[in-house]
Amino acid sequence: MRPSLSPRVLALIVVSIALLCLGALLGSGGIAWGTDSAIVFDIRLPRSAGAWLAGALLGLAGAIAQGIFRNPLADPYLLGSASGALMGVALVLGFSHALTDSGLALIGLNSGAFIGALLGVVAALILAGGYRSSLRLLLSGVVISVILGAGNALFTFVRPDLYQRFQAFMLGNTSLLDWHGVSLMLLVWVACIAIALLLSAALNALSLGESTAKTLGLPIDQMRLGLIGVLALATGAAVAQTGLIAFIGLAAPHLVRRFANGSQRIHLLMSSLAGGILLLASDLLARTILAPLELPVGIVTAVLGGSYLLLLLRRQGLGVSA
Amino acid sequence: MKINSIFQQQRIFHRFSLLFCSGAYFLFFSTTAFASITVKDARGIEIRLSTPAQRVVSLLPSLTESVCALGKCSVLVGVDRFSNWPKSVEALPKLGGIADANIEGIVRLKPDLVLVEKSSPLIARLQSLGISVMAFDVQSMADVQRTLRQLDTVLGSAESGAVWDRIQLDIARANRALSPSQKAARVYFEINAAPFAAGKTSFIGELLDRLGMQNIATEKMGAFPKINPEFVVQSKPDLIMSTEASPKQLAQRPGWKSIPAIQANRVCFFSAAQADVLVRPGPRTGEAAALIADCAMRLLPK
Repeated sequence: MRPSLSPRVLALIVVSIALLCLGALLGSGGIAWGTDSAIVFDIRLPRSAGAWLAGALLGLAGAIAQGIFRNPLADPYLLGSASGALMGVALVLGFSHALTDSGLALIGLNSGAFIGALLGVVAALILAGGYRSSLRLLLSGVVISVILGAGNALFTFVRPDLYQRFQAFMLGNTSLLDWHGVSLMLLVWVACIAIALLLSAALNALSLGESTAKTLGLPIDQMRLGLIGVLALATGAAVAQTGLIAFIGLAAPHLVRRFANGSQRIHLLMSSLAGGILLLASDLLARTILAPLELPVGIVTAVLGGSYLLLLLRRQGLGVSA
Repeated sequence: MKINSIFQQQRIFHRFSLLFCSGAYFLFFSTTAFASITVKDARGIEIRLSTPAQRVVSLLPSLTESVCALGKCSVLVGVDRFSNWPKSVEALPKLGGIADANIEGIVRLKPDLVLVEKSSPLIARLQSLGISVMAFDVQSMADVQRTLRQLDTVLGSAESGAVWDRIQLDIARANRALSPSQKAARVYFEINAAPFAAGKTSFIGELLDRLGMQNIATEKMGAFPKINPEFVVQSKPDLIMSTEASPKQLAQRPGWKSIPAIQANRVCFFSAAQADVLVRPGPRTGEAAALIADCAMRLLPK
């Protein structure tokens, strides 16, 4: 049962490519054709591609989270990856100052966030006593978020001098993405989307309810663990490069749900593409509305995604089956 | 034993009550008639003091510095967590930061005046506890002068003119030290690695103007704009000053290797102590001007 690429998926891909081209044109001074090719290739393209990939990773992670937990409010940060990533950033910031070495620079910060995000999810898994119950996982994820969040608050209290750098990470930032980050995210995205599509049958089964799913003969628990791994990896990679960009992971799956015709495989793919489009479009707006000033991309994301979501709600409800 | 001695003291006071009362009356009338101090603070509220403030709490580093520059460091009884200059204030009780000020600690110090930033959430609470609060809004160079004058009034000192003149002298000297070609250099001053620039209307922007240097941030961007990093690359600054990102980190940003300042290694990275001087509009403004001029003279050809 191999579903063919629906025209809607193709449409999303076309929109993505169009936005990428637009991203290469839109600079700090509005549309400019004859600019330095170095600016286009070193700054605009990696930034645009990076924003798309980060959005795609978050969209995919969001669709997985909503599928596993069968909860339309689930988002990629639910399992403690957001607060874990923040904790990682806090530790790197704290120690890099202690060592007074500028070498622990951005790369250190990014991998700190990545490791933190993964550890946050592992902690939630341990606290839940395994991966067999979605509900326990959900609750332990919330608890881990609260505990690590308190630790982060304590950090900003003890080291107020680092608060601004910490906050810059919390708000999310796409403006300093480079090819290195883009290639990392591309690798993770390809791997994640492949694994997620392979395991999408588990989400189909889970949508029938946990107990029914177990009677279907699929290795549901192992598949769920695999999906949680993808969720953690995708979220961690996105967070490490762009910080905590809110709302993409929550909104993207809803935006495309009614086009997926109930197929989880198509839904995962479309959520990922929609997430990429949403973040890239937000980034384009964020950098052009007040150019050469910038708006925090998270604000644009919330306004853009939020208003479309409201529109959908008014028109037909979200098509979320309980 | 202790109680006894207090009673004894009271008896002594009784004997001198007549003398004491007349003295008190004289003091009372003289203060209301001649020495009463009124000054409007940044909220437009009149601060009234019968005598110059003797026990002062400062909750803003630049105000702490101003009080000390006026020679009144001795009246400070407590400061906020970030006040660290001059060295002597580090021995004072630390009363927390902006969001977590220690109200109880402030009240226990029995200050007759608390100096705060205009938007501080503490103002209402302190006033309801009966403590005089004076609010300041120090953003620009003109604010620095006004603040020094106001502090002179409430502290009973007369140093603001001299302090201000010295600042002006230092800025003029720094300006003279720069050659025309150094002044023509385009400067990018980064306040925060997000990246936020120091705009023309910010305190640092004002300083750059006074030194005759060219800021790549334009007037209409505001005080501390979050700018598109691409704008910096396209502006091709000849000199970069940074208080947060190191030269190495700047060079690692996408596309920044093409910036003239980075190619020629003309990046000033200010230490935390230097950054304090640069970002606090206060009595060390002259020193800040010298820091910026030194950076330009060190890195730019004459």
